[in-house]
Amino acid sequence: MSDKDVKASGERFEAESFDTVAFTTPPKLSEATVAVVSTASLHHEDQETFAATETGFKVLKNELRDYKTGQWSPNFDTVGFAVDFNTIIPLDRLDELAKQGIIGEVSDVHLSYSGAQYDLSAVRMDSGPAGAALLKNAGVDVVLLTPV
Amino acid sequence: MSTLAHVFEAAGLATVALGSVRKQIEEAAPPRGLWCDFPLGRPLGKPGDAAFQTRVLEHAFSLLNATEPVFEEFAEKISDENNEALSCPMPLRTNKDLHPALDEVRGLRPAYDRAIAKYGNRAATGRVISVDEIEEALATLISVAEGTPWKEAGIPGGATSRVVQDIRGFYEVAALGLSDHIPSAWAGTNWFYDETLGGDVVLKARAAIRDSGEERQYWYYMAPVDR
Repeated sequence: MSDKDVKASGERFEAESFDTVAFTTPPKLSEATVAVVSTASLHHEDQETFAATETGFKVLKNELRDYKTGQWSPNFDTVGFAVDFNTIIPLDRLDELAKQGIIGEVSDVHLSYSGAQYDLSAVRMDSGPAGAALLKNAGVDVVLLTPV
Repeated sequence: MSTLAHVFEAAGLATVALGSVRKQIEEAAPPRGLWCDFPLGRPLGKPGDAAFQTRVLEHAFSLLNATEPVFEEFAEKISDENNEALSCPMPLRTNKDLHPALDEVRGLRPAYDRAIAKYGNRAATGRVISVDEIEEALATLISVAEGTPWKEAGIPGGATSRVVQDIRGFYEVAALGLSDHIPSAWAGTNWFYDETLGGDVVLKARAAIRDSGEERQYWYYMAPVDR
């Protein structure tokens, strides 16, 4: 088995299409609040893990970095995340960039969804907008999206 | 991932989406997309390599300067084209009265505990079962492999794929306790399915469920897609 084989299987699936591409101009990065949103089914130790076809999201506290992955699909390496959470949610790196003044600050909250879904309509119409609203209310300007 | 980028931008958030599969991120066309040719599950590339991860972030954030939708490719690639399995010293049999796979689980437990003490439990067990239930869960799959209908075998939670993810997680984290380096992507997975008795049990149980005519969803995800 190799990564190339598994990726090739993923290429069979048709991507969601959007008629128009929304485009938001961010503030200066050095003044922006940055959050990470991952589809790696991350959750805190005391949160329920993700169900296989769950389309909702979990709120991840920035200061409590005990993240676990509940990803159900076998088609992803998990060892990289097991030894270093920054492989998926690079908060230590963002802390360093904030300290250097390259980004404004790291958000107090981040989000995780469950990737490897076949039907994204609920994410598109419901949990996606809800997650965006939560981040907007938390003062987030820029979101780094990391896949599983 | 790219779907969320579109939705978030429409809500007034600026986004940068990392993507591991070129075709997917190109077709979904997020407003700012960076294709990183890294193994699936490692979107920042290299665990434990802060400098590498920072280079990925610097490139990603540079896309925020674009004034219209943009797609770029990260210059450094991480290829994992081989099928090699991790080489781990396996524990010797200690209890000949146990099924060999269950004896193997007991033998690997100290290595698992060492790795958990070092790294924490981020991806090992806990989706359906705890580490203390691995042996019992594997016993149900042995039963399936030997002919018991899977719905009668008492698989914890009745969820074959998620139980297997916990078993695989146990083994892959135990491998970290036996190894002196961070394995390349899939090396631990290949080791589990190709080299261990536990992995052999999983594949045989999967084949038994498949051959019984059961629906694909109940067996297919017990192993990665190319198996």
